[in-house]
Amino acid sequence: MFIRTLSSINRFSLLSILRTHSTTSNTTHFGFDEVPENEKQTRVNEVFSSVADSYDLMNDIMSFGIHRIWKDHFIRIVRPDPQWNYIDVAGGTGDIAFRYLKELDRYYPSAASSIPLSESPITPTHTYIADSLEQTRIRPTSKCVVADINPNMLAVGKQRSIDNNLHNRIQWIETNAEELPFEDEQFDVYTIAFGIRNCTHIDRVVSEAYRVLKKGGRFLCLEFSQVNNTLLRYFYDQYSKTFIPPMGQIIANDWKSYQYLIESIRVFPKQKEFAELIRSCNFRYVNYENLSFGVSAIHSGYKL
Amino acid sequence: MDRLYGTHKPTGLVQKSILAVGSGIMSIADPSRDDMISIFGETTGGLALKYMQEKMVIDPEGDRILKERPIINSKTVDLEYLKTLPIGTLGKTYSNFLVKYNLTPDARRPVSFIDDSELAYIMRRYREIHDLTHVTLGMPINMLGEVTVKWFEGIQYGLPMCVLGAFFGPLRLGPKHTAKYLHLTLPWIVRTARQSRSFMNVYFEKHWHKSLNEFRRELNILEPPPKI
Repeated sequence: MFIRTLSSINRFSLLSILRTHSTTSNTTHFGFDEVPENEKQTRVNEVFSSVADSYDLMNDIMSFGIHRIWKDHFIRIVRPDPQWNYIDVAGGTGDIAFRYLKELDRYYPSAASSIPLSESPITPTHTYIADSLEQTRIRPTSKCVVADINPNMLAVGKQRSIDNNLHNRIQWIETNAEELPFEDEQFDVYTIAFGIRNCTHIDRVVSEAYRVLKKGGRFLCLEFSQVNNTLLRYFYDQYSKTFIPPMGQIIANDWKSYQYLIESIRVFPKQKEFAELIRSCNFRYVNYENLSFGVSAIHSGYKL
Repeated sequence: MDRLYGTHKPTGLVQKSILAVGSGIMSIADPSRDDMISIFGETTGGLALKYMQEKMVIDPEGDRILKERPIINSKTVDLEYLKTLPIGTLGKTYSNFLVKYNLTPDARRPVSFIDDSELAYIMRRYREIHDLTHVTLGMPINMLGEVTVKWFEGIQYGLPMCVLGAFFGPLRLGPKHTAKYLHLTLPWIVRTARQSRSFMNVYFEKHWHKSLNEFRRELNILEPPPKI
């Protein structure tokens, strides 16, 4: 109640007091406020931008910043090449894709300007949405594609790519990882980082990856995995269960998502089982590398 | 620990401490996080809730509330009926209050971090009667009104969140309100809180039809100071 008073004098309610109560034809609702339609998307983006920021902060706090090292190492294993068609799936806010492009620039600085720029999308803020499989499958319009099921995360990623000056080099696609809108054999490298755990059918995701990869293409997955050392696993479990949901509540106002996180990590297949799953989708030379004693792992397989 | 009620999230001592400290800091650092205020209240209110429970059990109306566990939300309270009541009754005044400030009785956060079913209900009841407390005391939603209600709740219930709000809230008052607060409002509310019946023992839903003045007399509430 105390806080309702404080927040009642914030700029949003001032705005609604100033505006009239009737909805004109080019205004819409943003919560209780009346806003011009073109403002609504900006406001929605602001809300999700702050949500994405607090989730990023949670990543840093939960892993003590180590997630950055994992992702950097992951990209070094990928070894970007300017001729490749690259897709990062479930990569909404662009963490992996930006690292990919920056690593590319580091090793091939002159290539940065010779990479064909992606076609401009239809409107500046519109990301391509794959509606159904009946629609013709498409080809990528850029050498770096980011796909995610969540449009808000994509919007945040787009904004960040503009801030990082990488906007023209990325194609953003809103799609389900189990049914990608791309034709067969379009990509040289497919990555999915901390995303496959959240998909309903992991095997379908891996099969789709197989389908859209060219012959000789590589599948790479960075994901939480099982800690093998018994003593370490005990401390890791205690730490996860005790600290992560409350910190999630305080920082991100989201106990449930972080409770789900620690449970889904334990339910996800162990390193060897996941490798078997990848092999069962016809990938070859499948192996994995543990990071931080198995807290996460990088799985890799080739389509040959 | 098993879940004892629908919105229960069982927590250990370490987790409660993290929540208490973290929510305390966040409430001040980011006042727009109203969830932090409620969590601070839940994690620090253990002792006060037991005190409130004792006071409710020995009062006949309070005991009835504990047994029946009435809930105030837009489904259980017939807002249309309240609108039809004569002016000056508790129900009509409450209805006008909700309309004037564009409030709904559904806006209260559910209780999650209290590990006893009855204490969790008491916390929930406390949150749900907050608006009715405003109406019965005749306090508006501005800063002064909120601080006044916090004083009342702090004295009657002993919840640390109310006490802290009551002490630190007035720091944000402007000069005119501060003067009124110090000379008129504060002495009145302290006296009222100590003299009147505990609001947790009041089955508000049975008194909609009563005239507000009569209701206040029954509860032993003194005449509020005049508006500025």
